[in-house]
Amino acid sequence: MADFEAVIGLEVHVELKTNTKIFCNCPNKFGGEPNTHVCPVCLGLPGTLPVLNKQVLEYAIQAGLALNCEIAEFSKFDRKNYFYPDLPKAYQISQFDLPICEHGHLDIKVDEEEKRIGITRIHMEEDAGKLVHQGATITDSNSSLADYNRTGVPLIEIVSEPDMRSAQEAKAYLEKLKAFVEYTGVSDVKMEQGSMRCDANVSVRPVGQEEFGTRAEIKNLNSFKAVEKAIEYEIERQIDEIEDGGRIIQETRTWDDNKGVTRSMRTKEGSSDYRYFPEPDLPPLVISRSYVQEIKDSLPELPDAKKARIMKEQGLSEYDAGVITSSRALAEFYDQTVKIFNDSKAVSNWIMGEFMKLLNAEGIEINESKVTPELLAKLLGLVKDGTISGKIAKTVFEEMFTSGKDPEVVVKEKGLVQISDESQLVSIIEEAINNNPKSVEDFKAGKGKAIGFLVGQVMKATKGQANPGVVNKLLKEKLSQM
Amino acid sequence: MDFYNLTIHEVKDLLDKKEISAVDLTNKQLDRIERVEDNVKAFVTITKEEALKRAKEIDAKLAKDEKIGALAGIPMALKDNMCTDGIKTTCSSKILHNFVPPYNATVTEKLIKEDTILLGKLNMDEFAMGSSTENSGFFPTKNPWDLNCVPGGSSGGSAAAVAAGEAFFTLGSDTGGSIRQPAAFCGVVGLKPTYGAVSRFGLIAFASSLDQIGPFTKDVTDCALVMNAISGYDRKDSTSANVEYPDYTKYLENDVKGMKIGIPKEYFGEGIDKDVEAKIKEAISKLEELGAVVEECSLPHTEYALSTYYIIAPAECSSNLSRYDGVRYGLRHDANNLVEMFSETRKEGFGDEVKRRIMLGTYALSSGYYDAYYLKALKVRSLIKSDFDKAFEKYDCLLTPTTPSVSFEFGAKKDPLSMYKQDICTIPVNLAGVPALSMPFGLADNKPVGLQLIGKAFGEGTLLKVAYTLEQNTDQTLIRPNVQEVK
Amino acid sequence: MREKEGENMKIDIKDVEHVALLSRLNLTEDEKQEQSEQLNKILDAMEVLNKVDTSGVEPLAHVLPIKNVLRADKVGETLPKEKALQNAPEEEDGMFRVPKIV
Repeated sequence: MADFEAVIGLEVHVELKTNTKIFCNCPNKFGGEPNTHVCPVCLGLPGTLPVLNKQVLEYAIQAGLALNCEIAEFSKFDRKNYFYPDLPKAYQISQFDLPICEHGHLDIKVDEEEKRIGITRIHMEEDAGKLVHQGATITDSNSSLADYNRTGVPLIEIVSEPDMRSAQEAKAYLEKLKAFVEYTGVSDVKMEQGSMRCDANVSVRPVGQEEFGTRAEIKNLNSFKAVEKAIEYEIERQIDEIEDGGRIIQETRTWDDNKGVTRSMRTKEGSSDYRYFPEPDLPPLVISRSYVQEIKDSLPELPDAKKARIMKEQGLSEYDAGVITSSRALAEFYDQTVKIFNDSKAVSNWIMGEFMKLLNAEGIEINESKVTPELLAKLLGLVKDGTISGKIAKTVFEEMFTSGKDPEVVVKEKGLVQISDESQLVSIIEEAINNNPKSVEDFKAGKGKAIGFLVGQVMKATKGQANPGVVNKLLKEKLSQM
Repeated sequence: MDFYNLTIHEVKDLLDKKEISAVDLTNKQLDRIERVEDNVKAFVTITKEEALKRAKEIDAKLAKDEKIGALAGIPMALKDNMCTDGIKTTCSSKILHNFVPPYNATVTEKLIKEDTILLGKLNMDEFAMGSSTENSGFFPTKNPWDLNCVPGGSSGGSAAAVAAGEAFFTLGSDTGGSIRQPAAFCGVVGLKPTYGAVSRFGLIAFASSLDQIGPFTKDVTDCALVMNAISGYDRKDSTSANVEYPDYTKYLENDVKGMKIGIPKEYFGEGIDKDVEAKIKEAISKLEELGAVVEECSLPHTEYALSTYYIIAPAECSSNLSRYDGVRYGLRHDANNLVEMFSETRKEGFGDEVKRRIMLGTYALSSGYYDAYYLKALKVRSLIKSDFDKAFEKYDCLLTPTTPSVSFEFGAKKDPLSMYKQDICTIPVNLAGVPALSMPFGLADNKPVGLQLIGKAFGEGTLLKVAYTLEQNTDQTLIRPNVQEVK
Repeated sequence: MREKEGENMKIDIKDVEHVALLSRLNLTEDEKQEQSEQLNKILDAMEVLNKVDTSGVEPLAHVLPIKNVLRADKVGETLPKEKALQNAPEEEDGMFRVPKIV
């Protein structure tokens, strides 16, 4: 039996964060009452004409530069013709043979192995509206309702080369892509909210064969997990099919997240000939090199560069630096915190530990949290100067995370200040000694461990507020005097 | 002279001197419509009440000596493919029989700003596809010169309304001759401006790279006045030209001395009726007599224009007309699944010619045929345009017949190809994007002959000058039909 | 113009059916026949373009030399909901209702 290898390419749609839609002045706003962010242009009413939003062009170029693309000197729009009720003009204004960006790449690392994934092209296009199906599924609903609020929201489609060979590589590429696009600030790139959407082209071939196998396009991948799981499933399915003597057919499949399978979507007859032709309503774009340079100069530091820099300048491990730079928000939070509290290790440990645990549990991004870099720095300061112990700090942080309160206020309100004052601790220590003669005996008999129990008793009595170092020191002094 | 034969500049004079009010004028115009409309059938919709209301408002402005538009109080009408907020806009198609736009076309806005009075919307070949108005989804319009003959098309209603004195001016649209051919057939002045000179925003598209709005008027002076009102850069139309637009009336000069006029030989001879050619030659002699330098010239790719056009226009139309799917507006044929709803709605809503062009265009763009048809046509279009570019290095304008014949009887051109050939003299102009004006020059077989003047891009002024000079020096251009009134 | 060049029929009934489906036009059998005949006649007439040498000629998609028409990213007016829906053949909950997809 032959060994198979998978060939994977991704088509990623990213919604651009502009104020208005791509071809009209309607607000580019998520949600809203149906059909309230619409005008004659995005409703595709007879007689209306598109006018390109300058910001869309600029954002597309920014994304292209971040992804190492060449920016076209001459680019144009084309019409992609197909009938569907969510597409008011029955054509989508997109780009066909002369996209705005081409020939880019991203470097990924999977299992310690570096790999370059090619980016074929990035093009600009308009989003379609939304259909609400009345019924449990699309197949057993009697009717659908069309809402055109999303129609005309600007998108860029980023098409990769078929350079990935496993679901892990695909996921790594997608994560990297998200980080890079997010850094440029052109999009929120949130898969869960649909501002980043991914379709995967998957095929398999016997190892050693150069020719590609027949591919299936997988849609409805709404999370990173889904991308990984769907590709894994599809690779298995195709291999099984071939090994069973079957044959792969070129088709579109949809990922069923609940059942964990991909299913064939009944392809509509005659719907695959899009009859692209140059959009006569939009003149071409001629992009000057000075304009491209201007945009290049204004790009922020990108993840790979930032990672290298904080490893070198701040001594973070490659892993830690990788996590910290995996999103722009995280990296910015880190930078700002370090600026106030200059201990990069402590800051990264806190962010990657306690903070990310709570963020993940809540399902929010770091910049949506009530804890600001100033507050985190303050908390770390309290630990450093001995006001609170590391353990208490976690309790304080939890309170900060839910209420957004200043750590000093939390410490004061809850009375959590660490007790380092020896005179305050002496009586408690004496009490512990008096109440635990057995431990005292053990200690005297040379069992060093016994002191731990006594420290614990003191901590318990002070609800964790006693400074453990001071308690240890005082205990040893007292015991040696006995 | 009967008031309905007056021009804009004549009636404007009466309004300025307060010899007539806008309400009086509108009432008279509505009365004229009532007398002849049942014979001419130029209108799809008549907005009588709105027109009178508007006339009252304008009279109030005039009484208070408020600042007023250049065409204040002039009753006019629009081809029914220009959007009017709150007024039905149908393209003379069943598929849009009930469509009420929630917005105004840019030309509509501009004419409102000039304080004109909208009388209604005019009949046309469905979606501007045709040369006779026989393709209207509702009814054909008649030629005011001979009610048994076609008014031309697609802007047949616009041409007939002006010729019959039902409006002081109208707007039409021209994709392959749809202003100039009916202007010729009805004996009025029609101008297709340079592509990009009049905003297409709100003009329901047939073929986007060819469509252009322009005026129908009773004389050349009126043509300049209306151009002043409707031309100009529009941010809502990305193909609108951001250039300086002149006051077109400054070109109304009686002078062609030394002007170089080219006579492209491809527009004469075979395929052109002898009596039409004779009238055009008469006009040429007149211009020479008036001091113009007239020379024969050549536009060598002319014979390819018709085929080029009948690939590009249907291809664009197949895409432009896809939106009529029964989902958001217009006709809907009820069906229990989507593909059926789409296909039945479009079957019921579109007429034969529109279907034919959608089919032809879809075919020309479909996988495997794009290069052979569409791309080839775009390349030939390049060659046709450079023919004109070269000619205009030498000539100020070109002169040709507008149409190969005068108006014909209803039903005379059953074969689509013979109808398409109606536009052989007008189509190359749209492909090149340059302006062209058709004006009457006498009669043949008791029907008007159209003379076409073609200019370089944004050279409308030159065309107006030549036309004005001809108008001042002959009695062949200001001709009016005697329209049979309804009993 | 295409591979079938030289044959009389450029478009047979099968082609007509395919194009009609792409165009979302239901045609009767008679209409298919008629469309096929007329389209063939028209396409025959277009053969004349084969006589033109277009090697090295750039296709002309825009007749005016206009480029880079862009607008500022500034929010403008939207349609009032009732105007957005005023032409809807079928409306439900502020949306356009259509029959089932498949």
